[in-house]
Amino acid sequence: MADIIDYFAMGGYGGYIWPAYGVTAALLIVLLITSRRMLRNNQATFEALAPTETEHKKDGTVEEKT
Amino acid sequence: MSMMLHRFANPTRFLRFAAIVQPWMAGLTIVLGGAGLYLGLVNSPADYQQGESVRMMYVHVPAAWMALFVYTGMAASAAVGLIWKHPLADVMAKSSAPIGACFTFLALFTGALWGKPMWGAWWVWDARLTSMLVLFFLYLGYMALIEAFDDPTRGVRASSILVLVGVINVPIIKFSVEWWNTLHQPASVLKMGGPSIAASMLWPLLLLAVAFTTYYFWVLLIRVRAEIIANRVRVLRLKQVHG
Repeated sequence: MADIIDYFAMGGYGGYIWPAYGVTAALLIVLLITSRRMLRNNQATFEALAPTETEHKKDGTVEEKT
Repeated sequence: MSMMLHRFANPTRFLRFAAIVQPWMAGLTIVLGGAGLYLGLVNSPADYQQGESVRMMYVHVPAAWMALFVYTGMAASAAVGLIWKHPLADVMAKSSAPIGACFTFLALFTGALWGKPMWGAWWVWDARLTSMLVLFFLYLGYMALIEAFDDPTRGVRASSILVLVGVINVPIIKFSVEWWNTLHQPASVLKMGGPSIAASMLWPLLLLAVAFTTYYFWVLLIRVRAEIIANRVRVLRLKQVHG
């Protein structure tokens, strides 16, 4: 237990190191999630608007029906 | 190389290429990032001068490298977009901006957290820190300007010019620690004569730098796909209005 507390204390610098790693991880994850959401929303809009004669694949490429 | 670039410049081909590459970028980010974090936070020694606080380096330095790398890439894309009117180049630049802004913010934020225990100050107005802050504002300015016009092509044009003017800041940041007396330490890795850093510290640094790079391409591919589809939605709406 003392080892774990010692580890997280980081020789007294824990209060600086952990917020740095935490905020970095949080920001990069939030950016990833919002980017994926943007892609999904745009795909949904595209599919709702797409003309019916052709079949539109999810990635926005058009596949002609034969 | 130019043939290859030309082939992927077609948006439909690009979407196919993105579908293949994206999972690889995601996997590499997680594996290399995990290994880098383990080496950096657990399996590397404390510095003889800076103690445990040296572990700040493994996030701070890759974030700062990426801030410059992404900006340079954006400037190259913006130039291609302006000169050859290439739509995919404009999309690349636009999609890179928020990612680069995040890396710049992280470099500043982790730098403040490192500066406090090492220099006794969260912030000093020295050349390296101030030029990084200017880079952050360049990113924010680009993102605001590209959305500021009703006609998207005018927004792209104006913001591309801003990015190209701002590229002068990149060498200023890189050489700021040599040109001026600053508190910030000079380069230890990217310098003449090779890195002056112990292998046990170089490995986590390089692993996390590569992980940040693959993360950038991962999120970039997602955002470029989203923009290509948004452009198609715009075309479909115009057709419906005029058709």
